[in-house]
Amino acid sequence: MASILLFVQHSHGKVLKGTLAALQAARELQSAWGASGIVGVALGPQSKTAAESMVAFGLSSVRYSEDALFEKYRAEPYARAIALAANDLGASSVVGLASSSGKDALPRVAALLDAAQASDIIGVNPDGSIKRPMYAGNVIADVELVAPSRVVTVRGTGFAPAGVTTGGGDVAQLSLGGDPELKEQPRFGEVVSYEMSKADRPELSDAEVVVSGGRALGSSDNFEKVMFPLADAFGAAVGASRAAVDSGYAPNDWQVGQTGKVVAPTLYIAVGISGAIQHLAGMKDSKVIVAINKDPDAPIFEVADYGLVADLFAVAPELTEVVKSIRTSA
Amino acid sequence: MKILVPVKRVPDWQIKLKLLPDGKDIQTDGIKWILNTFDEIAVEEAIRLKEKGVCSEIVLVSVGPADVRARLEYALAMGADSAILVKHDGPVDSDLASRVIAEVFKKGDYGMILLGKQAIDSDANQTAQLVAGRLNLPQACFASKVLVESGSAVVTREVDGGLETIKIPIPCVVSTDLRLNEPRYAALPNLMKAKKKPFEELSLEALGVSADLKVRVKSLSVPTGRKAGRKVANVQELIAALQGEAKIL
Repeated sequence: MASILLFVQHSHGKVLKGTLAALQAARELQSAWGASGIVGVALGPQSKTAAESMVAFGLSSVRYSEDALFEKYRAEPYARAIALAANDLGASSVVGLASSSGKDALPRVAALLDAAQASDIIGVNPDGSIKRPMYAGNVIADVELVAPSRVVTVRGTGFAPAGVTTGGGDVAQLSLGGDPELKEQPRFGEVVSYEMSKADRPELSDAEVVVSGGRALGSSDNFEKVMFPLADAFGAAVGASRAAVDSGYAPNDWQVGQTGKVVAPTLYIAVGISGAIQHLAGMKDSKVIVAINKDPDAPIFEVADYGLVADLFAVAPELTEVVKSIRTSA
Repeated sequence: MKILVPVKRVPDWQIKLKLLPDGKDIQTDGIKWILNTFDEIAVEEAIRLKEKGVCSEIVLVSVGPADVRARLEYALAMGADSAILVKHDGPVDSDLASRVIAEVFKKGDYGMILLGKQAIDSDANQTAQLVAGRLNLPQACFASKVLVESGSAVVTREVDGGLETIKIPIPCVVSTDLRLNEPRYAALPNLMKAKKKPFEELSLEALGVSADLKVRVKSLSVPTGRKAGRKVANVQELIAALQGEAKIL
């Protein structure tokens, strides 16, 4: 069987940790599907650096393009270039991290390749079928991709990051001449503006510790006063329940759950979160879960390793102080 | 501008899911169906664009068995103008749905395809992108704000790390995120009137779409749940547990 193309997602040349999780999925698919090898494509500013760093991970051939078309992420040129790289490198299947751009571009690649698409996979079975969650994680489906060409996005928390290995090959620029439509730039539209959430804390999907606040915080002031110091004491990322985001206490991209981010940190601390199934879908694979809630019957306690039934406004600041003193003395 | 709103009916998220004994599907006999939450947001957004005078007509499309009609009538009662049901009793994957939507799009003079970013049953988040790719249309997925101005859609997208606003030419495909709007309820008198709105039934054959699937569900299973741990009395006990048992801190 032909090879598998990895969409190498990176930030200014630095490969995302989730890309290595996607590579691990690609390695498992390679063995289950009998694919001949794994190749890669990286796009955008400093993608050459990203492409070169993937050689150590055994990719037999990596293409990159720093063309102005890819300066800012846009689904249309990215999808076209990924499909072009797959054709150039003789890959019939494409694998990438289910980040917001992976989820946006890769199904579009599937349409271009007339491929079977599976999103957000969490496992690979020896017979080549894949595992993915459905119904807010209440059901796991084993699905078969029955088209000759296949595109898969990978949930970063579902696979351990791949390690370095031998067998790495060449890095070369992707020749864009193979797709005349790539030059029809006006059709792709343009990025007008980008508004970043405050990013002075670890990235939610990557963090070792996540502290999440719920509706019980009562206001965005309280959210900031209680959750931010707690996060900083742990060196944690801040998440939020849907109710907290809907109430305007936290920005949209902090939402943990079925329709937001899926996280699986070493430690997850839910503060004033009742634990709706949509929220549990986004955090129940965390290694250790701590819940602080004054309602002893809150469903969050059914998944928590340690539950503290208490007023969050009393215990969260106390926890902050204790953790701060432990970490400074350590 | 006409807007095509593809919708899917899904099991009510509040029901307790049960699997069929053979594990091929969930038990659907007698369960409550709803309009997919994200598609309801798409219907609402189309209605708001119509109220602003940007949209002239809202056409719904769905693929599935005959009783999907009830969910389409609900969306008509919200304010859509007409509906197309592509009748098909077999399984539907995103690829088949995208081929149906693409064919329906080609038969009308639509300026936008507006649909939910994901269905809350399969949780895939891929149909809008597949449709856009098939039709070679620009796409704006995960929208939290949609403006239409002189031949373009200006869409704010929810992306990792923040919000991105893009401007794309019409016709285009837009998928809706959770916080785009809060859908209205369909009032009871409107539910009665909705039954009189234009409703077309089509077959896959009539559209020239094959029922072939690219993705087959082999089996479903219920993941082993997490066991509840224990309650701790206070912060000291919590810290002791995190350090002593969980070996964190």
